[in-house]
Amino acid sequence: MTIKETEEQLISEFSMFEDPLEKDSYLIELGKSLPLIHDEYKAETYLISGCQSRVWLHAEYHDGKIIFTADSDALVPKGIISILVRIFSGHSPDEILNADMDFIDKIGLREHLSPTRSNGLSHMIKQMKLYALAFQAREKLSSSGNQ
Amino acid sequence: MSFQVNKIREDFPILDQLVYKHKLVYFDNAATTQKPRQVIDAVKYYYEHDNCNIHRGVHFLSQRATGVFEDTRSEIKQFINAASPAEIIFTKGTTESINLVAHSFGKKFLSPGDEILISVLEHHSNFVPWQEICKEQGAILKFIPLDNRGDIDMEVYKTLLNEKTRLVAIAHSSNVLGAVNPVAEIIRLAHLQNIPVLVDGAQAIAHLPVDVQKLDCDFYCFSGHKMYAPMGIGVLYGKEKWLEEMPPYQTGGEMIQDVFFDHTTFNELPYKFEAGTPNVEGVYGLREAIHYLQKINMNEFGEYEKQLVDYTLDKFSRIKGLKVIGNPRERAGLISFLLEGIHPYDAGTLIDKMGIAVRTGHHCAMPLMEYLKIPGTIRASYSFYNTFEEIDRLAEALETVKKIVG
Repeated sequence: MTIKETEEQLISEFSMFEDPLEKDSYLIELGKSLPLIHDEYKAETYLISGCQSRVWLHAEYHDGKIIFTADSDALVPKGIISILVRIFSGHSPDEILNADMDFIDKIGLREHLSPTRSNGLSHMIKQMKLYALAFQAREKLSSSGNQ
Repeated sequence: MSFQVNKIREDFPILDQLVYKHKLVYFDNAATTQKPRQVIDAVKYYYEHDNCNIHRGVHFLSQRATGVFEDTRSEIKQFINAASPAEIIFTKGTTESINLVAHSFGKKFLSPGDEILISVLEHHSNFVPWQEICKEQGAILKFIPLDNRGDIDMEVYKTLLNEKTRLVAIAHSSNVLGAVNPVAEIIRLAHLQNIPVLVDGAQAIAHLPVDVQKLDCDFYCFSGHKMYAPMGIGVLYGKEKWLEEMPPYQTGGEMIQDVFFDHTTFNELPYKFEAGTPNVEGVYGLREAIHYLQKINMNEFGEYEKQLVDYTLDKFSRIKGLKVIGNPRERAGLISFLLEGIHPYDAGTLIDKMGIAVRTGHHCAMPLMEYLKIPGTIRASYSFYNTFEEIDRLAEALETVKKIVG
């Protein structure tokens, strides 16, 4: 499934809820299906900076694709990062870097996007895109080294 | 209930709105209080009638605005019972008031090896300025611990006062635990050894009557925005003898007497500490806020706020898994708590969707969180415009959170 397709799927899932409380409850449900991060990565180095809850994010690079795992000690942030993992994991750095983020508005998560909001969505997206950027740079470096 | 809460609520236009289709419940008053129409109108009036730069202008508007500005200083003197208007310095807020003292007092009176004494429950604004000035001057920052209830441990406090202590800085009441500290006794004990005391009154000023001469504190700091006035205006009260001896904090316009190419002489108190164009609109608003508090009578609303807190504690005692943090002997208007197994951030986010504004997190008191070994709390903080029905709604919302998360 492409990034766009996953986003469309999420938009349709979230469109079922009108009440913001139900939306948050669904976020919490989604968090439960998050591919759990290996314990060794639940360390300071993998924390996304924020002050209210802790969110750990780890990325691995296999065959041109980034695999993300994550966790949080709070459930709402866990739900949010699980959405992002579902969208980005298994895609190439290029796809991740070029993905547009319109879906955030469409599923009504804009309130989590404020950069000052603790462990906000924007920090998570930034961290994932940074990983993509790093893997992309590494890829370019190794391919130019092979020539 | 003799206290006319519904009538009072009519003065606060912001309260009458829906949040996520629910009637707004505002329980984040310790962060900032809402403003009554009288205060909003005073700021508007200033810009529509009196706006100009004060003190220096010879023209009519400047004299009128200067009159209100200086009258307000005198009203604040009355409000906290200072000895003279020269002891009232206008600042941006509590944080700037404390920074002013830390900087000016610290530069003059702190030497290597000297000690500053604060408590572990201080807000960062009464913590970091002392940490920094101690670092600069080679002084040592010491901490008064809490007892099991979450009150200042007075026995340990007594042992921490010594000939090296240069100043004690303490919150009048805690923004996290709600504890009202025994500041009068803290001051009395410090004065036995001629140690001055700064009181951070940010959380107390809107809930308790403050008499700085009766307390005999050397400095008292508070913010307008936590007492129904606009943001960006606050007060530093300081005993004249200290303010006279302390060097200026910031330099520039207003605070000078004469400026020559090779040196400058400084203005008298209180202007020595008021560099630059002040927040005149804030002072107009602050004056009206004080009038408002005087009109509705602090003794009466203080009792009502106490009833709100007691009602909450009673309600909370019946919510399974709810733990109130701290059990102070005296409380001022707020309760911090946790729900077992639920992150405060989740609780706050979900409660918000039910139209209730609470604060979650470390409340700018990270050392206290470390001391209590908790990641943060959920805090409900009250004003006299809150109601018992709103507390019922909070209790219901917490049960809903438990169902969703549990």
